[in-house]
Amino acid sequence: MESIKHLIDRLSSPQILFFGSLVILVLFLVNLRRSTSWKVILGSFAALAAFYAWALMDKNFRSIVLVPDNVPITLLLVLVMFFTFLGFRKAAANDVRIGKGLGPAEKDETDLRVFVWPDLVYVEFICLILLTVILVAWAIGLQAPLEPPANPSKSPNPSKAPWYFLGLQEMLVYYDPWIAGVLLPGMIIMGLMALPYIDPNPKGNGYYTFKERPFAISMFMGGFLVLWVSLIILGTFLRGPNWNFFGPFEQWRIEKVEPLLNVNLSEYIWVKWMGVGLPKSILVREGFGILGVIFYFGALPPILAFTAFKKLFRQMGWIRYNVMAFLFLMMMALPIKMLLRWSFNLKYIVYIPEYFFNI
Amino acid sequence: MAVPTKPKSSPKDFIFKSQIWKSIFRHGKPNTHRNRTLVMLSNVFLHLHPIKVRKSGVALSYTWCMGGATFFLFLVEVITGILLMFYYRPTPQYAYTDIMQLREDVSFGVMRELHRWGAHAMVIAVWLHMYRVFLTGSYKPPREFNWNVGVILLVLTLLLSFTGYLLPWDQLAIWAVTVGSNMARAHPVIGHEGPGSPLVTFVVTILIAVHFWRVRKDGGISGPL
Repeated sequence: MESIKHLIDRLSSPQILFFGSLVILVLFLVNLRRSTSWKVILGSFAALAAFYAWALMDKNFRSIVLVPDNVPITLLLVLVMFFTFLGFRKAAANDVRIGKGLGPAEKDETDLRVFVWPDLVYVEFICLILLTVILVAWAIGLQAPLEPPANPSKSPNPSKAPWYFLGLQEMLVYYDPWIAGVLLPGMIIMGLMALPYIDPNPKGNGYYTFKERPFAISMFMGGFLVLWVSLIILGTFLRGPNWNFFGPFEQWRIEKVEPLLNVNLSEYIWVKWMGVGLPKSILVREGFGILGVIFYFGALPPILAFTAFKKLFRQMGWIRYNVMAFLFLMMMALPIKMLLRWSFNLKYIVYIPEYFFNI
Repeated sequence: MAVPTKPKSSPKDFIFKSQIWKSIFRHGKPNTHRNRTLVMLSNVFLHLHPIKVRKSGVALSYTWCMGGATFFLFLVEVITGILLMFYYRPTPQYAYTDIMQLREDVSFGVMRELHRWGAHAMVIAVWLHMYRVFLTGSYKPPREFNWNVGVILLVLTLLLSFTGYLLPWDQLAIWAVTVGSNMARAHPVIGHEGPGSPLVTFVVTILIAVHFWRVRKDGGISGPL
């Protein structure tokens, strides 16, 4: 039993969690018919329930997962799973119908109009009652937490932001606050707002489908599930004192030390490879990093326009394409930095502490 | 000679045909097309709805009811929030003890629990609503603008929830808000304490009205064209 727990502790490291959720997402989307079959759906929920039932017997697991404020994260996980299965099950069925030339299932009913009273009002009423019951039961069963009075001189370790911002706090591991706390959240909001204007695909309006808009849905799922929800789960359950990683069955020991061996790109190039020491001039020192960033945002969009995004470029036109490409590269900046950190211990690509400008 | 007899009045008629009843409800039971139309037109709470909707738009498996759930939870937050305001003073001196009293001295007190769990649930519901709207492509024309109103509402929901975090004035509150505002402090413009949550609530209320209005004006709940 202990060895299984150790194995799970190992397997839930940020690297494996990230790649795992990415692989699961890809496998899920590749064959929706299979991945939304009853066998898979019931199997997933049974596996989750069995894992929780078994894991809750562990003291350390219990001490984190049953914290009152962490209960919503389990709820979030279950609901996201449920609705992902529900939505994509309908999408898979619709894709088959569309393939046969039938049009989506919603189309059969779209011209049928029903009276709001009783058809919609009753549904709303039942939802209202159910939600009230759930919320009251939740409120009676689980007391709202109250910790010792606020003490500005005694900071808890770990200090965590509210759970819905833990995805952003997790980004702080890889980027400075001005990027993780300001730029990236701003880009998420801007990206969401720009979305209707940069998606030129007229299909898939008002029904579930995947095959008619694979790129848009894959991007959204990557952002929402892999870079948002799974980072929140990671930040809530698996980040302990000093923001160190702890497995689900590991005790949150404050003494746990993880050596910080991260190296900047400039040190890699000038000290490790060339062996000449860091140049005095900032521009020379960070030249490679700056060129890399300029290449990433400046040269990649046109290159992609002629290669991977050729079709998209033709569909979207110049302005839409560039906005999309910029947002896409912004989003990919996070996993790229994660990968660089994990594989090369890279700290900063551009490191100019003189002007508080680190990327 | 047939003498017109006075129709017998039943207890039912006594209620439903009384002047009082008819002054409140201006139509009969909503079991005919005409009355089902009238019930929507004459009731201020129901008139947010159209008279008829797409059949596909009624299905819970299509809408997930998450927009409705969000609105419901918003109302829960407003109502429980106002009630809690009577017993809670938002100053460092009293905040913690007031929460303590709500917790210890009120029998069957679940108002704070409803408020806190409702806030968490509202954040989840908003995300799932956005997820559904994305998956059904409901942000596509003609609903682009309403999607944007929704994005602003999403941000404001997070902001409202964040302001509520500080209120208990316990260790969790102060440090969670410290971490959160330290992250936002790097922002050049909004890096200082913003206006209080009543103002945000007011803005949210107006935007919800706009959001619902546009759902109708943009063709109702989305469906294939």
